[in-house]
Amino acid sequence: MNPSTATTSPQAHESIYAGGLKSWLTTVDHKRIGVLYGVTALIYFVVGGVEALIIRVQLASADGTVVGADTFNQLFTMHGTTMVFLVLMPLSAALFNYLIPLMIGARDVAFPRLNAFSFWTFFFGSILLNLSFFIGDPPDAGWFGYANLTSKQYNPGMGIDFWLLSLQVMGVASIASAINFTVTILNMRAPGMSLMRMPLFVWMALVVQVLMLLAFPPITVAFIFLLFDRFFGTHFYIPDAGGTPILWQHLFWIFGHPEVYILILPSFGVVSEVLPTFARKPLFGAPFVIFSGILIGFLGFGVWSHHMFTTGLGAVADTAFSLATMLIAIPTAVKIFNWIATLWGGHIRFQTPLYFAVGMVSLFIIGGLSGVMHASPPVDIQQHDSYFVVAHLHYVFFGGTVFGLFGGIYYWWPKITGRMLGEGLGKLHFWLMLIGMNLTFFPMHFLGMDGMPRRIYTYAADLGWDQWNLIATIGAFVIAVSVLVFYVNALKSLRSGAEASGDPWDAATLEWTMSSPPPEYNFAEVPRVNSARPYWLHKYGPTRDISTRTRADGTPAQPEHPTERVDLPSPSGWPILAALALTGVAGGALVGLPAVLLAGAVLVFAVYRWAFQPLERVGHPTFGPDS
Amino acid sequence: MESHATTFGVSNRKLAMWVFIGSECMFFGSLIATYLAYEGKSLVGPTPEEILNIPLTSVSTFILLMSSLSMVLALDAVQHDNRRLARIWLGGVIVLGALFLGGQVYEFAEFYHHGLTLQRNLFGATFFVLTGFHGAHVTVGVIWMITLLVMSLRGDLGPERAMDVEVAGLYWHFVDVVWIVIFTVVYLIQ
Repeated sequence: MNPSTATTSPQAHESIYAGGLKSWLTTVDHKRIGVLYGVTALIYFVVGGVEALIIRVQLASADGTVVGADTFNQLFTMHGTTMVFLVLMPLSAALFNYLIPLMIGARDVAFPRLNAFSFWTFFFGSILLNLSFFIGDPPDAGWFGYANLTSKQYNPGMGIDFWLLSLQVMGVASIASAINFTVTILNMRAPGMSLMRMPLFVWMALVVQVLMLLAFPPITVAFIFLLFDRFFGTHFYIPDAGGTPILWQHLFWIFGHPEVYILILPSFGVVSEVLPTFARKPLFGAPFVIFSGILIGFLGFGVWSHHMFTTGLGAVADTAFSLATMLIAIPTAVKIFNWIATLWGGHIRFQTPLYFAVGMVSLFIIGGLSGVMHASPPVDIQQHDSYFVVAHLHYVFFGGTVFGLFGGIYYWWPKITGRMLGEGLGKLHFWLMLIGMNLTFFPMHFLGMDGMPRRIYTYAADLGWDQWNLIATIGAFVIAVSVLVFYVNALKSLRSGAEASGDPWDAATLEWTMSSPPPEYNFAEVPRVNSARPYWLHKYGPTRDISTRTRADGTPAQPEHPTERVDLPSPSGWPILAALALTGVAGGALVGLPAVLLAGAVLVFAVYRWAFQPLERVGHPTFGPDS
Repeated sequence: MESHATTFGVSNRKLAMWVFIGSECMFFGSLIATYLAYEGKSLVGPTPEEILNIPLTSVSTFILLMSSLSMVLALDAVQHDNRRLARIWLGGVIVLGALFLGGQVYEFAEFYHHGLTLQRNLFGATFFVLTGFHGAHVTVGVIWMITLLVMSLRGDLGPERAMDVEVAGLYWHFVDVVWIVIFTVVYLIQ
């Protein structure tokens, strides 16, 4: 931050979201793409939530008859697939997209059109997945899709084809996005923003991008084998011909376990931003939190077989994977102690983002502790495929990821929309969700210990599982009400919420130095960074204890207008056409070769037009002097 | 955004290609690991010993290696604005890449006539998928080189465009290196 920069009052910009449908379809602005990711994910959150509610209604009492076994299989498959790939990952992507360029002082991502391509590929892929509902044959082999549940012999319908082809398409989106953000974070930082001055959220995002880069290729290969088995009659996973279904499990979990960290690390990043802001002091031991995150990502590649203790890999493999898994508890605990130490002695402001951040830390501890239990093979073999595991994974994904990401939504909503969310409704949302979440998932520990298997569609009355199941179902509806409260809060805010200043939380990072929402070009002047907390330095001078100082100036540090000419990339329709064509290639496989070839030809055409369209051509948006 | 200074002073596109190559290592690593895991697990023949033609593949490996040399020379020519040499060496990459692909087509057809198909056994499945995806990568590379050659012929490939060639070259060399690993693992160590 350049302290000599003249500061001016926040200025009402013409809405950066204005414009018709075409402007959204062809946008290459990372902020708009972030919004597209967020809206899509929040819609799918309802879809996946409704699937979960039907599951819970079916299980509310013994011998449930709401849905049959086949439908139940389809519901938990689509619930898991939707929540992992269509909700949590894109919700993280929404925050990454919107915030990373703002937090590192960049005007956009490294490859704006590739960014648009990533979103639209994800979007069309998600539609391809859900089209399976309309042909009446959704996938039913679990989100993990274990062989032989997916083989042509045992699963001849098209549901598995939809599942594997759509996930393949969305995998392309993830890898493209990971390349884009890795380059953006490494190579697009403002002058002075060294790696150790990067906000924790950006650091965790970087670890997540590297995990995606390295974890998605193995699952891509696993899908290719499954595709060949189902379409061309190979025997990769068919024991009759010498193949082994365990190959799928290895490839799936080499992806699947890093995927767990792909889902949780963004939430760690959010908490590491929210806690310091609301405790009014810097993150305790920030370098330790950074290196712990890197270590978690690194170890995450060496633990996949702890999902496979019951397959009989042998004592040596079990021991190695068990030890590696327990090791992960160390960097994770380091983070948790650092978060607690950040709150310790802080001048805490109890506002909604802080509630969710603290909720995330607390619930994640519970999920983390049951996770360490699974690290021991004898214990794991007892708990495997029981409701205890369902309890564990929901404490991690719901308690950890969902609470963390909601914390992020409450924290950055004013920056994104220019409006504040209601504090009262926000806290109501938090308490309902906290109560509902524990009502739903805590009893599952008991059910699992009592032997209730996962994925059964009903159970007999004499097993004594009614009571806890009913409580879990009630809890699920409390969660649903809490989510409804959030949507009401969001709509009210968009309609009539209090206007947000550029810096409503008195925060430390660069995204708060400009108006809310930011101008199209983000930074009127590229900031010069000489602190890990540049905006606090600007407002309070060099101190670690900002609570003893009075804020120098409450206005954005960014000048009102660009001080130099700013050229932004032109909108482009080619990325969305390429994404549509790519999805067409995958979906065409279900129709016939001519469809694949036609879509492939369109894909090549779109890619060439895209490659030869200059990034900044005539008619692109320019700002500042000489524009 | 290419025109702006970057943090590391390296072009975004070049860094992106390196990052992509890291991802591709896991892709080919998974394919190669599966080939190794299923080696000798086929219930019926033909087996690798019966069918792999090492002399033929050695020649096509040499051809692919020489294409990398041609690639280096093409980049050098573009950087020094020597348009004639740029076209010659880019053409060389295309011809050598196409020769390699021709060798692969011939090899696949031979194996097919000897009864090795995707469905026949695990060797067939793992071999064709591994080498087939490598061949697909070479094909993409050849198409990319043809694009660059056309740009050069139209006079659109001056030294200011050298990064286009450098990024394509990184890809090409990577695909070449992957083949060295595949040739060693599949053909030489049986």
